Amino acid sequence: MYYTYAITGLILLISFIINKQKTIKAVKIAVVKFKKIFPTFITMLILVSIILFLFPDEVISNYLGNSSKFISVLLASFIGSITLMPGFVAFPLSGILLTKGVPYMVLSAFTTTLMMVGIITFPLEKEYFGVKVTVIRNIVSFFIALIVAVITGILFGEIF
Amino acid sequence: MKRNVKIRIAYISIYVFFLVVSFILGYNPGKEIAFNFISFLLYMLKILPCAFILIGLFEVWVKKEVIEKHLGEESGIKGYAWVILLAGTIAGGLLVAFPIAYSLHNKGAKLSIVFTYIGAAAICRIPMTLYEASFMGVKFTAIRLLVSLPLVIVTSILLGNYLSKRNYKMAEGK
Repeated sequence: MYYTYAITGLILLISFIINKQKTIKAVKIAVVKFKKIFPTFITMLILVSIILFLFPDEVISNYLGNSSKFISVLLASFIGSITLMPGFVAFPLSGILLTKGVPYMVLSAFTTTLMMVGIITFPLEKEYFGVKVTVIRNIVSFFIALIVAVITGILFGEIF
Repeated sequence: MKRNVKIRIAYISIYVFFLVVSFILGYNPGKEIAFNFISFLLYMLKILPCAFILIGLFEVWVKKEVIEKHLGEESGIKGYAWVILLAGTIAGGLLVAFPIAYSLHNKGAKLSIVFTYIGAAAICRIPMTLYEASFMGVKFTAIRLLVSLPLVIVTSILLGNYLSKRNYKMAEGK
């Protein structure tokens, strides 16, 4: 991930060479914006740290390996909605669950809600877009994830 | 001091107090929570400062007219294509997508495009998609993208239109 710093640094340097004043202004804007939102990030981190303690990988595996596919899909969507993990953790975990026999549709529900629905990111999203829009966007995303899961199930022959 | 700030200071203090006591008494759940907190903080520090610097540069260099023309009210299908491409190449997922989307809207991008950006940033970042396909197979990833992306666009348009009719305004000065 250090390349993000390298690229950002390079862009910043180019900007600085072209226009010193504008670049300083840009950094000031960045600092002000970051400062304003930082407390919300801390709130979010506190939530993440507690939720991940309550739902470690083993617990997630247990829930997703439920005998009924449909219950598993629903559980997977709920767990995906309330947890937050970076893709580089989520996909290897899903890959392992796949080899353990967890259906594709369950993993689809899990990964899609994980990426699109953010109950933990709610405090952050709300700061920018307001409570109403945040609620609507998350509910809509939840249903999109369910639709994706059902179609995944049909195309992998797990439903019929 | 505002009430929200007081509440925030209160729960952060309780949280820190709990972690410190856990370490002193050797209480494992508290230690695990502290470990989760630190690992996520480090993960965010890898991306966030860069993201905010880039947002700052974007605000300074990109003219409002350019965004209005390509992503504003008059932009057509191309606007959605642009914004999905933009979302696909930026790392960081939703955390980074919210402040970027906010800046895009301030520069004149219309609401449906802004919501498409958020959705696309969640589901179709190119590096993450390749990574996903390597674990889950190309078929799985292809189905997910081909089903979710059109749904994201359609629902973003509906949500955008609904909010525009109600004169929705984003929070100011974030």
